[in-house]
Amino acid sequence: MANVKKAIKISKKHLLGIQDLSIADVNFILSEAKQFIALNKSKNKKLDILRGKTQINLFFEPSTRTQSSFELAGKRLGADVMSMNLNNSAIKKGETLIDTAMTLNAMHPDIIVVRHQDSGASNLLSQKVNCAVLNAGDGRREHPTQALLDALTIIDRKEKIEGLKIAICGDIVHSRVARSNIYLLNMLGAEVNIIAPSNLMPKDIDKLGVNRFSDMKKGLKDCDIVMMLRLQNERMTSSFLSSNREYYEYYGLTPDKLKFAKDDALIMHPGPMNRGIEIDTNLADDINKSVIKEQVELGVAVRMACLKIFCE
Amino acid sequence: MKKKYFLNANIIDPQNSIDEVGGLIIGENGLIEAVGKKVNTNNIPSREKYIDLKGNYIIPGIVDMRVFVGEPGFEYKENFRTLSEASLSGGVTSVVTMPNTNPIIDNVSIVDFLKRRGRDKAKINIFPTASLTKNLEGTNMTEFGLLQAKGIIGFTDGYKTIQNTRLMSRIMRSAYDLNCLIMQHVEDGELAKDGMVNDGIISTKLGLQGISDLAEKIIIERDLTLLEDFNCRYHISQISSQKSLDVIKRRKENVEFTCGVSINNLSLNENDIGDFRTFLKLSPPLRTEDDRLALIKGVNNDLIDVIVSDHKPEDEEQKRLTFAQAATGASGIETLLPLALELYHNESIKLNKIIKALTCNPAKILKINKGNLSIGNEADFCILDINKPWVVKKENLISKSKNTSIEGRKLQGKVTNTFVKGEELFKI
Repeated sequence: MANVKKAIKISKKHLLGIQDLSIADVNFILSEAKQFIALNKSKNKKLDILRGKTQINLFFEPSTRTQSSFELAGKRLGADVMSMNLNNSAIKKGETLIDTAMTLNAMHPDIIVVRHQDSGASNLLSQKVNCAVLNAGDGRREHPTQALLDALTIIDRKEKIEGLKIAICGDIVHSRVARSNIYLLNMLGAEVNIIAPSNLMPKDIDKLGVNRFSDMKKGLKDCDIVMMLRLQNERMTSSFLSSNREYYEYYGLTPDKLKFAKDDALIMHPGPMNRGIEIDTNLADDINKSVIKEQVELGVAVRMACLKIFCE
Repeated sequence: MKKKYFLNANIIDPQNSIDEVGGLIIGENGLIEAVGKKVNTNNIPSREKYIDLKGNYIIPGIVDMRVFVGEPGFEYKENFRTLSEASLSGGVTSVVTMPNTNPIIDNVSIVDFLKRRGRDKAKINIFPTASLTKNLEGTNMTEFGLLQAKGIIGFTDGYKTIQNTRLMSRIMRSAYDLNCLIMQHVEDGELAKDGMVNDGIISTKLGLQGISDLAEKIIIERDLTLLEDFNCRYHISQISSQKSLDVIKRRKENVEFTCGVSINNLSLNENDIGDFRTFLKLSPPLRTEDDRLALIKGVNNDLIDVIVSDHKPEDEEQKRLTFAQAATGASGIETLLPLALELYHNESIKLNKIIKALTCNPAKILKINKGNLSIGNEADFCILDINKPWVVKKENLISKSKNTSIEGRKLQGKVTNTFVKGEELFKI
């Protein structure tokens, strides 16, 4: 554990998106994360790598798993972690993101983890503070640690990503998870199929080097991984779909549709799930097929790696 | 005022088909006495001093058809005095101001105030517009006739579009009866809802809600269809896409209307937004390079009549926000001409055409006797060093708001002197 590879450094000061990372950066983060997997399963989970460092979790949008994952990751590394939920305090009083950033910056944190409902918020924040900024999701744009933990989960099960055929299915247009995963999986050599009804498909998505499908069965054909996304009803301002019932019929992952993928295909979901809308509830819990719980588990390891690397 | 003589200038006055080396004589009354190649040392009494411009250009003062001024209500963004100073430094001597103020210019009582402030504080010619609908709500028409009689030059809801088709048809009928100019910001509200940038790969990458170019096309199609019935004076404030031009080209065959474009859409594309640069959050949005090239072609083919600055001063606080929260628009009146000259220097558009789209074309649409160097007219003009290189820096901008879309851009060509009614009001 102690043999920290000092020689390798990350090329960026902040983790704002997968787009900014090089393949070396990604491999570095993933290799660091692998070291934490065993630790997280052991009895004594506490390290002191970040002792004396201050980590602020700045969450402008409600989150349970990402926030607790980052909190736990920081604490396991020995950092002082402060979590702030701002979705109903300063913002309501009219304080802008930059003002909040300046206030926090004055407290000299070593790292800020930020989630915000607006795309680009973490970029804006990173320009105004002295410490490293980790993006924990900005609007529809990126959610880099989610993509990294997804990659780690795939590698953990399939040993590699290169050459795999991976389907990302569901509410692509509103999904930062989809965008980060497209960049990362492409970078690591997977073939990516994007499956969504046209109303939930972003314009010109194929220019990102993916195949697009509105027919789920065609899109799932021979896939090694089926990544389902949550239908983000809270971001839908007008009618995108006729009903959840119809959506489930055409885009919900059911045993029937899963047959089109490879026999040993794995099911993933970033959570939280809408059972019975985008995924059949039994499939979600099927321990032979679903790695959804593993994603959560490895999420802590990936975030520990990111905190460690970007704190340095 | 003393009589003024300018010699050896490259004079461009598209309205009078002047494009030649010559001189300009301004009378003691501030009116143009003579212009063109016939003006030389032989016309000037030996005791009089003349200014040798040594090949610098004289062009009519620019008529900017789309300018937001913060007065009344948003004086901290821009007032008539600062707008006037900024305009003069860019060779702009006449501006058409938008009604999106607080209070909104939608009734007769405020027009007097506006005209008085404009006259007292601004040294340039201010031509105010009033809103098409009361309180910009898009439901009830304002009093076109009464407002026009008070000196309102035209009617527009600024950056809002009349969404209701029935209302639009009624507006056109009234405008037809009263011979009023209607200027429409063309964007379908529902289709463009929550949109911030062009709908395409950039909106997908940045995770920002896109605005389809169809939103623009649909309103243009609708309005030009309505126009077939009641051909009022109708002007499309600004277009941004190839698709709109296709419609315009087709419709020019059977209806009469005019069309403008923002210098931003002629000089920038969606890629310039880069890493969420809020100063490039504009309406209409910057679109693809293909669209930009199509717009240039549109100016060259006379499908686009007017180039505007779409000057929209916003204070820094409104731009130091996330892209979604940031205000829309860029300050641009003082860089309008220099940025347009970039299109001349890179051989996209002929100089004469650019000057035409900035001077006599808008004046003709507005039916004002500006934007020309006709003998007997008030001498509104500027002198231009067409090759002078300079760099846009926001701290050097005169406008009260520094939200330029072209920070750091290297430009070529600068106004050295600006005259209004024969009086030199700006000198570099």
